[in-house]
Amino acid sequence: MYSFDKSRLDLAREFKANPFGEHRPDLQYLLNLMRRPDPKRPHFVLMPRQWGESWTLAVMEPGASPPRPTNLVFTDAGEAEWHVFKLRWAELAGEELPFD
Amino acid sequence: MTRIMGYCDRWSVRPGDTVNFMVSCIGAESYAAEIVRLKQPEAGPLATPFEPEPVASDVNGRYAGREQALPIGSLAVVTGHPCLERLEAATLVAYVMPTTPSKGRQALFGNWCEASRTGFGLELDEQGSLVLRLGAGRGTEVTLATGEPMRAWRWYRVAGTFDSQSGRMAIWQEPVSRHGFDLDRPIARSAERGCPSTRSMNPLTFAAWQNGETAGPSAWGGLQFAQHFNGRIDRPRIVEGALDHAGIAELMGETGPAAIEHELVAAWDFSLDIGGEAIIDTGPNRLHGTIVNLPTRAVHGHNWTGCINDWTQAPEQYGAIHFHDDDIVDACWTVDFSFEVTSAQRSGVYAAKLTAGDFVFWVPFFVSPPKGEARSKVAFIASTATYTVYLNNKGRFLSSATEVYQGRVTVMDEIDSLLFEYPAMGLSTYDRHSDGTGVAYASRHRPVHNFRPTGRHWNFNLDLCIIDWLEHLGGDYDVITEEQLHEEGMGLLAPYNVVITGSHPEYDSLDMLDAFQAYLRRGGRLMYMGGNGFYWRIAHHPTRDGVIEVRRAEGGVRAWDALPGEYHHSFTGEYGGLWRRNSRAPQKLVGVGFISQGFDKCSYYRRTDAAADPRAAWMFDGIEDELIGDFGILQGGAAGLEIDAVDARLGTPPHALVVAQSENHSNTYEVVAEEVLIPHGATDAIINPEIHADITFFETPNGGAVWSTGSIAFAGSLGWNGFDNNVARLTTNVLRRFAAEEPLPWPGRPEAGA
Repeated sequence: MYSFDKSRLDLAREFKANPFGEHRPDLQYLLNLMRRPDPKRPHFVLMPRQWGESWTLAVMEPGASPPRPTNLVFTDAGEAEWHVFKLRWAELAGEELPFD
Repeated sequence: MTRIMGYCDRWSVRPGDTVNFMVSCIGAESYAAEIVRLKQPEAGPLATPFEPEPVASDVNGRYAGREQALPIGSLAVVTGHPCLERLEAATLVAYVMPTTPSKGRQALFGNWCEASRTGFGLELDEQGSLVLRLGAGRGTEVTLATGEPMRAWRWYRVAGTFDSQSGRMAIWQEPVSRHGFDLDRPIARSAERGCPSTRSMNPLTFAAWQNGETAGPSAWGGLQFAQHFNGRIDRPRIVEGALDHAGIAELMGETGPAAIEHELVAAWDFSLDIGGEAIIDTGPNRLHGTIVNLPTRAVHGHNWTGCINDWTQAPEQYGAIHFHDDDIVDACWTVDFSFEVTSAQRSGVYAAKLTAGDFVFWVPFFVSPPKGEARSKVAFIASTATYTVYLNNKGRFLSSATEVYQGRVTVMDEIDSLLFEYPAMGLSTYDRHSDGTGVAYASRHRPVHNFRPTGRHWNFNLDLCIIDWLEHLGGDYDVITEEQLHEEGMGLLAPYNVVITGSHPEYDSLDMLDAFQAYLRRGGRLMYMGGNGFYWRIAHHPTRDGVIEVRRAEGGVRAWDALPGEYHHSFTGEYGGLWRRNSRAPQKLVGVGFISQGFDKCSYYRRTDAAADPRAAWMFDGIEDELIGDFGILQGGAAGLEIDAVDARLGTPPHALVVAQSENHSNTYEVVAEEVLIPHGATDAIINPEIHADITFFETPNGGAVWSTGSIAFAGSLGWNGFDNNVARLTTNVLRRFAAEEPLPWPGRPEAGA
């Protein structure tokens, strides 16, 4: 059984290098943990500015309200995934990742 | 904030037909409308530039903007009647099962009018307790409540009596439990409160109160409705005079034949006309009515034993209607403009482009050749059934659960956001109602977020990549639709040498499958250009076009599952669910069937030894590559999203050739639920060798053939590198051979004339 371990910075690095596609089981566990639905917590969506070219990160608050765009714009979908990963890591670990 | 949205009354039209467009415009005094022909989707910098072709038309121009409301929420209604008006004393009784008893005031039934404060009715209060409400106008209302909330998903017999002369009111809220244990108890209350005269010609409603007239869209009778009920109502009855408890039991037939028939005003039996929209009164006054906004029928009543699972075999156990506050079958908007299709319009995919400020909304439709005529040997059949059941798929945005199976953050644009800005747009059959029950009915008569040439590449939008390829080849094709196929059968396909499907033709009626089968047996050729096709059985509404039912019965990858005993369609009585559970697995028709899905990364096919078989080698003319489709606008490959494989057990013809097979899918690709009977660990593509997409070919009798790609993502690779790629070449080779008059020889038999 896997569990979250904030010392496993190797998993964060692995995700940053390959945000899409196949992941090792311990990283997949971490992603499933991060992505588990919780009706009391906000979740993220990406709002395209130019289709396939740039996206704005937006937050969906609980209660089915419309997305609230942030001021974060990404021109690489992998960069957007990495940013969301970092936010979720900080929530789980209680501290930010020590690297970008 | 400026917003515009709209819909049209017909998706499938021919020269001479008229398409009516209904528009709601918010935050702008006017909007622009333009008819265009769609030749490709908006698919980003790696695809053909998005260039809708203007269509000359008188309807192009500016229109005054006005907002049109969405009358959401189901109910049933009976026109006001003198026998209801004259009631000075009455008994109302029914079986009810609330599913969200504490959501706020909810109407059960009566002729109460919320606006005029007149009439009588049973309802639930904010806590879910039964209330009898009477009134003769503002300031005269009296109520009597049990003060004990009902529990969700439990049946109760509810009754209320009043007598204007004596001023006495009484109510009963009694649990009806066949099995299980609960602390719930029967409650009776009575009081003398000086009941007002409730004489009124108000209509009698079930599951909502009328709330006065509206100048805007109305679901029924120019009225608006409020206090929608979530839950089931079964066997509602009204008797003249105030019965006692024994009389109520007698009225409901629980203590033998009722001896009070002479006092009966109405006795509705919702088990009659389950497939239609009428509610039938078996009482002496024949107070028949109608359902509004399509509440769910063919659902258990209070007396379902669990021994019968088919409502057609025991309709008396299916005498309930399940109402929802988020049902909507028709927005009932006023027409803004109408477009007449002329013979000058070539067959194709069209849309009305609506623009208000910077906001653009699309309302597509399909123009087919005149009935019985074909302008080409090639037909593209638009997956209108699948488009319909996906309309307003809100659930995929509601939580991060979508990320778990997609393996990436969900993308959502400002048109998707309309679902949250205007929740009365309603839901899709991939969603759950506000009470948690699955949405079984889909309608296209309302504005929708996901039937457009922009946004997520899925269904209609992705199918435009196939149109893009056909346009690249010179545009020699007709467009026909699945709703035409359901109505017209094999005759729709017969004029064509080859019929090309969309990327995800997932939903079929029996008539549609029979038409494809007959076409192939007569020598037709089918190019199944997608994945997870021919999967779910659907039923079409008997009178409303563009309204489809899906019962997500046992098995299958599904967003919700139908309740036990509710697997049969209300429209037709047919057993719903997967076609493979109805003896028509997709492998029998197209050689392949759904095996897995994943949404993080697409892969490629590898050519097999069978590609060199003389029966199939021609399709690889000009292709030297071993890997097919290791590119594409959909996550980098032609094999992915939802994929299909051959399976002899399920009916893949023994002579079928798998000419290319995908590999290297990620671990988000899990084997479909119906293939996992005993849980085991080998469910993802890394460790399960059964997960792959199979490009499959086989001949059918009389010179016909089937070619299947087995992948939704396939269409996203056609246009790669300006169509100079092995996916486009392979597909074009197949199209040219299939479009030719020369029969494809049945294997093992000499070619005709040889």
